Amino acid sequence: MSGFLQQLINGLSIGSVYALMAVGYSLVYSIMNFSNFAHGGVIMIGSYIGFFAMTAFDLPFATAFCTAALGTGLLAVLIERVAYSPLRRRNAPFLYFIISAMGISIFLENIIIASPIGPTFRTYPRVFGMEPFKIGGVNIGRLDVMMFVISTISLIILVFIIEKTRTGMGIRASAYNLKASALMGVNTDRIILIVFGLGGLLAGIAGVLFGMKYTVYPQIGNITLKSFIAAVFGGLGSLPGAVIGSVLLGIIETFTSGYLSSQFRDLIAFVLLIFILVVRPRGLMGKTTEDKA
Amino acid sequence: MDWFYIKGILILSGINLMAVLGLSLLTGFTGLFSFGHAGFMAIGGYVTAVGTMKLGLPFVPSLLMGAAGAALASFFIGKITLNLKGDYFCIATLGFGEAIRLVLDNVQYFGGARGWPGIPVTTDLTTVVIIDIIGVIILANLINSRHGRNFKAIREEELASQTIGINVFRYKMTALMISAAYAGVAGGMLGHLLGFLQPKMFQFVKSTELTITVIFGGLGSISGSVIGALVLTSLPEILRTFAIWRLVVYGAAVVFIMISRPQGLMGGYEITFGNIKKLLSRFAYGKKPAAGGDKQ
Repeated sequence: MSGFLQQLINGLSIGSVYALMAVGYSLVYSIMNFSNFAHGGVIMIGSYIGFFAMTAFDLPFATAFCTAALGTGLLAVLIERVAYSPLRRRNAPFLYFIISAMGISIFLENIIIASPIGPTFRTYPRVFGMEPFKIGGVNIGRLDVMMFVISTISLIILVFIIEKTRTGMGIRASAYNLKASALMGVNTDRIILIVFGLGGLLAGIAGVLFGMKYTVYPQIGNITLKSFIAAVFGGLGSLPGAVIGSVLLGIIETFTSGYLSSQFRDLIAFVLLIFILVVRPRGLMGKTTEDKA
Repeated sequence: MDWFYIKGILILSGINLMAVLGLSLLTGFTGLFSFGHAGFMAIGGYVTAVGTMKLGLPFVPSLLMGAAGAALASFFIGKITLNLKGDYFCIATLGFGEAIRLVLDNVQYFGGARGWPGIPVTTDLTTVVIIDIIGVIILANLINSRHGRNFKAIREEELASQTIGINVFRYKMTALMISAAYAGVAGGMLGHLLGFLQPKMFQFVKSTELTITVIFGGLGSISGSVIGALVLTSLPEILRTFAIWRLVVYGAAVVFIMISRPQGLMGGYEITFGNIKKLLSRFAYGKKPAAGGDKQ
């Protein structure tokens, strides 16, 4: 039983970080209607910023954390300006956006490999200490708890911004219908920048947390494939769906590697994706797929 | 730069060309985007190797078997994913491509993740060139037929083509199966070039590379796909001296193409004898013909 609880908690903590990535990805999808494959590159850069802020510049964790989040927020906005907004102005079909995102992703990954940073694996310094919390025979890693807490707080702040502020209303309106909200006087150009910035912030946070959980390496961005699955699972473009999908995916993955074999972990994730697409393509919470042509 | 090295690059370009040709039909002419064609290459590669190694068949029948295997797999995948739209189809093919690779990782009969060594090295330049030419001829004839016009109609306006009586699902399925068969042949040739197969060779990145090649050449142009495959396969070799920086340049180039010339190198034009004649006569007489080429 304690083993079961332990797996469940591990799954929750991994799932909450997946949620950070999936929400950032879903947010962009809900407005721009394309899969931002560059998201993984942004996460990877965030992971590196956090790492070097803590090791090379000796910043405390909180400062390094904020630097990483701000850095990736700016990076995401920059990517939007360079790679997407020329396409947006031309009303290019969604596939050009996807290819452009792929190009950015290849560029970011390889510029890290080619730069003096190189392809080596790096380990974050320990921040939260080693000894686990013990609650009734269940050992919970400090890092897992912190991952869960930080992700949850970030998501709550995001929900507050989207639901309670004027900008958030603009985001919701643009997600509903971009053209109509532009006609209603929403500055959609600004909204899109803000959405990319928010997605970038979340990506930076996720990057630092993943870097601490695993290691930092140039291909760490590939982990976003999981968040795509989670986003489809929950329903593309739906934020609550992205969160639920991510948490479920995290739990399913940890149970697979805990009770079956860690070899099947990724396979299960993709099989789940295919199953969802066959049975319920709009996901758990998604809008209808009809207008997503 | 000896002949052996150049020959190697040419063979590799030829193999990529085969996969790109198939994807060109699916993406360039039918308007469906796939990020899972590396999976079909993997199936083709493994089935072909089963043909030559386990069943003792000659190379060409095994290749055909590999193509059939990939097409069959794509039939089942198409059955459940072709009704999905846009991004959903992309992500579904991505999922299938990765799933195929991860399944192969766990099948010990084919050596699992460690790979399958000892495959006879039968692919040579002549075979590749002959197969490529056959591939181009089949595709060109298909595109210029009644069916080819139906593919293009679906690309331009799906709803309208359905309204005038084109069976959209069937044509999409045909395009997917033919493109999978091409990818299967490419996979089979790749396995018998390297003498070794490993699921890792068919990662998501490989699928992306194929799609990028199609777009680089120009959507809806067979000659564009041919040039794209030749240029993009040999470009990293030419940039070999830059070593690690070449992929940085490659990524930046992809973004640059999307921003500055999204129609690709050929932009829907074809190199045919008729078009070359027209172009030459324009130079010879100095007057502008009505149309610069066969715009599609």
